[in-house]
Amino acid sequence: MIEDAYLVDGYYPTIGIECHVQLKTKTKLFAGVDNDARQAEPNTLISHICLGMPGALPVLNKHAIELAAKAAFALSTQPQSSSKFDRKHYFYPDLPMGYQITQYDEPIILGGSVTAIVDGVEKSFDVTRAHLEADAGKSTHPANQDYSLVDLNRAGTPLLEIVSEPCIHNASEAKAYAHELYLLMKYADVSDVNLFYGNMRFDVNVSVSKDPKIMGTRTETKNLNSFRSVFDAVNSEIKRQISLLENGEQIIQETRGWNDDSGTSFSQRSKEDAHDYRYFPDPDIPPISLSDEFVEMIKQSMPTMPHQLRVRYTAAGIDSSMIETLLDEVSASQLVNEIIDAHGNKTAKTVANWLGGPVIKAIADNIYTWQDIYKTRVHIIKLASMVDSGLLSSSGAKEVLQAIVKNNVDPQTIAEQKNLLQESDSGALEEIVANVIKANEKAAQDVANGEMKAIGFLVGQVMKSSGGKANPAMVQQIIKTQLGV
Amino acid sequence: MANWKTIAEEAADVASGTNSAIKNVEKALKLIEDNSEYQAIINVIKDRALYRAKEIDAKVAKGEKVGRLVGVPFIAKDNFLTYGSETTAASNILKGFEAPYQSTAINKLEAEGAICVAKANLDAFAHGGSTENSDFFVTKNPLDKTRVAGGSSGGSAAAVALGLAPFALGSDTGGSIRQPSSFCGVVGLKPTYGLVSRSGVVAMASSTDVIGPITTSVQDAALVLDVMSGTDPLDSTTIVRNNQPYTVYKQPNTPKIGVIKEYMDEGVDPEVKKVIEEAIQRLKNAGAKIEYVSLPSLPLALAVYYIVVPAEVSSNLSRYDGQRFGFSDGTAVNLDDSYELSRSRGFGAEAKRRIMIGTHVLSSGYYDAYYKKAQTVRTKLCQEFTSVFEKVDYLLGPVVPEVAFKIGANSEDPLKMYLVDIMTVASNLVGVPAISVPAGTAQGMPVGIQLIAPQQHDLDLLQLAKWYEETR
Repeated sequence: MIEDAYLVDGYYPTIGIECHVQLKTKTKLFAGVDNDARQAEPNTLISHICLGMPGALPVLNKHAIELAAKAAFALSTQPQSSSKFDRKHYFYPDLPMGYQITQYDEPIILGGSVTAIVDGVEKSFDVTRAHLEADAGKSTHPANQDYSLVDLNRAGTPLLEIVSEPCIHNASEAKAYAHELYLLMKYADVSDVNLFYGNMRFDVNVSVSKDPKIMGTRTETKNLNSFRSVFDAVNSEIKRQISLLENGEQIIQETRGWNDDSGTSFSQRSKEDAHDYRYFPDPDIPPISLSDEFVEMIKQSMPTMPHQLRVRYTAAGIDSSMIETLLDEVSASQLVNEIIDAHGNKTAKTVANWLGGPVIKAIADNIYTWQDIYKTRVHIIKLASMVDSGLLSSSGAKEVLQAIVKNNVDPQTIAEQKNLLQESDSGALEEIVANVIKANEKAAQDVANGEMKAIGFLVGQVMKSSGGKANPAMVQQIIKTQLGV
Repeated sequence: MANWKTIAEEAADVASGTNSAIKNVEKALKLIEDNSEYQAIINVIKDRALYRAKEIDAKVAKGEKVGRLVGVPFIAKDNFLTYGSETTAASNILKGFEAPYQSTAINKLEAEGAICVAKANLDAFAHGGSTENSDFFVTKNPLDKTRVAGGSSGGSAAAVALGLAPFALGSDTGGSIRQPSSFCGVVGLKPTYGLVSRSGVVAMASSTDVIGPITTSVQDAALVLDVMSGTDPLDSTTIVRNNQPYTVYKQPNTPKIGVIKEYMDEGVDPEVKKVIEEAIQRLKNAGAKIEYVSLPSLPLALAVYYIVVPAEVSSNLSRYDGQRFGFSDGTAVNLDDSYELSRSRGFGAEAKRRIMIGTHVLSSGYYDAYYKKAQTVRTKLCQEFTSVFEKVDYLLGPVVPEVAFKIGANSEDPLKMYLVDIMTVASNLVGVPAISVPAGTAQGMPVGIQLIAPQQHDLDLLQLAKWYEETR
């Protein structure tokens, strides 16, 4: 039953998402050929296997199985102890053997879930299955030419196709699910997750229905390569379907393409053109059997995953939007996680706020890199503890931060050079405070009478006469003591 | 008038300098030319064979280490990818195809100094039992030119029977090594599934294809198997081989042999049956314990075979689409035309028939009734073999219920042609090793007996076969 909150103009939308994740193996799924085709000239990363030559046999890449097993744990399940590969038949020039090697009815992953943050709220989505398959090559059709071009560099690249249950009901959920899958694959380190290079591609299945218990006819919009496109394509398809139904027309079960520039979809092929793929078990590839030891070894190798990090970061007092910012940047997130372990929540929170703020900006501006951050992490941690112990104001720390990262130097040195160390000598501060109280009798009287708003003014005056070096927290405390409040 | 000594002797002669690789290659090439009327050979590998022979002779002259098959010429069925000649699988769609890599089996033989001198005729893509389905020409039986040599490795069997080379390679998907060996009076070994790499051999049916030698003696077959067998990183269905060399001969001690009842009924030609019964008697006299055994699902094996194999064939032949290699129809104006014209003009009638059957049995709505059911019966057949091998060490029967038939006799009736495989397909479905050894003659033509052993008992099988050979 779909909740009424999802209703759009009287219709309940239902969405399922298929995501193709390109695994970061060194070589292809069934051939010892380089898997990274980004910089390669067409048809240079191929062998007799990629070309489907007579007598060529596929040999399974063990690393792909390891990565798929990791993905299983990332999806909060574990890999199936037995699975197999099947052949899916169709003719196309970028499919050299005339069949794709995929997993039909015994995939490596069955079940699982993805817990995403939808508009600030955690929501769990069920995964039906995930299977391994070999990608096809790439066809291009030059305009106004009587030929097409085929590049087989990509043929045989390992893909993990993750299929969700139809448990998504609006564009925000679809986007959040897609984004969380991205984080999971990134943290599990099974893919380069570069959306620009198509390392992750999403297909959205959308239907609408007036009856929350019955699903309408669905369409599949294929090959979306950004979270924004997922969001837009879902919204656009919900609107398109409702408008068709409102005009008394029927939804045709079909595959649709998406144009990012115009924000519209177009029909590619209907169900009538559907292939009979004639699946059968690939006799060239023995069934996969995973030992308990192997599965346990993979489990032990799993890093802390995003949903676990959210819990830790929340406990460290980091605010939720900052947490999401950090999670998007694995380097930042890992550093914060390490600091929690080694230096506790307070330091971690201070560093987290830098990493998620000024550091991300500086890196985007090419002032320094994440590697520089990692190299100088000792200095950054020291800087945080200086702030925490009142030696440096947080605004002062931001000035120091850039210099220590860029030049790999101790923050104490920079703070001294820039004359930013805070006055924490209580004797000196008491004298300044006394002078300020004398010069601002009205405000002092207000504070003494319990009007605490005025204390900010007095603190400001002390800071001014100390040249900005006074520790504001300490100043406030001294004012209170001297005025007896 | 044997043209060659045993393989081991031929290699020893080259290694010692008594003979040379170049003389062997020239001799084989001349024999091939002189016997061209039998049409056993599609292509000769002249330049590369002579070049390799010179290299080998130079090595011998320098006293360098040479292999176990040094300077021994051989002939490969033309579905083995080889350097130095086309690999056509006797099909028009692969005519002109020069392989960019070579089959593992041939690489292993070459590593021991053997030299591939020619490519033998076959039924196109190994589909058939007479070489009449070759897209090029029909190979004639060396003992009677009006009869077939058998198939699909008919060219290889005829070549060995004619003495063109000391040995030849064949592939056996449902009897394609054993049946022509029986028809031509030579030894044909189908090893355990996975014992020899299929890499670089044009696939017929991946789950039943096996590579094996065709020779004039069991001992030669053992030596070739010993060189070719073992795991291959290019074929994940290969298995770990026996530690012991296949060439070791130990006389079997009162082996228990089960004569397959289902292979000895009225369907067998009486003269063929008589030869087999004589063979049984000889084994008995030599000390074997003979009993008659039954495998109830055996009569279904052919039906299972002609579902499973076309299914795999239809899939394995998908890559021949006229786009990357082999024949491509130049008159096509678009992609669909190119597929249709290249495949309809490039494939022969039998390949098309099997593609149609295979496509049908895998189609949605028919899969369960055909492919799935066939696999269920196949599993049952495997279980029956396992349990019969708990009672006996070996199985015995004819290879073919008849002798080599007249060219053209079966070509109008595909079903009749398929029945020729009736006694050979089961071993392929089950994956057990089987061998055809010459046993006598019927109607003046050779008859082989078939000996079968459990999986991975190839060494035992070879020993039994040699033991039988010595009773004759």
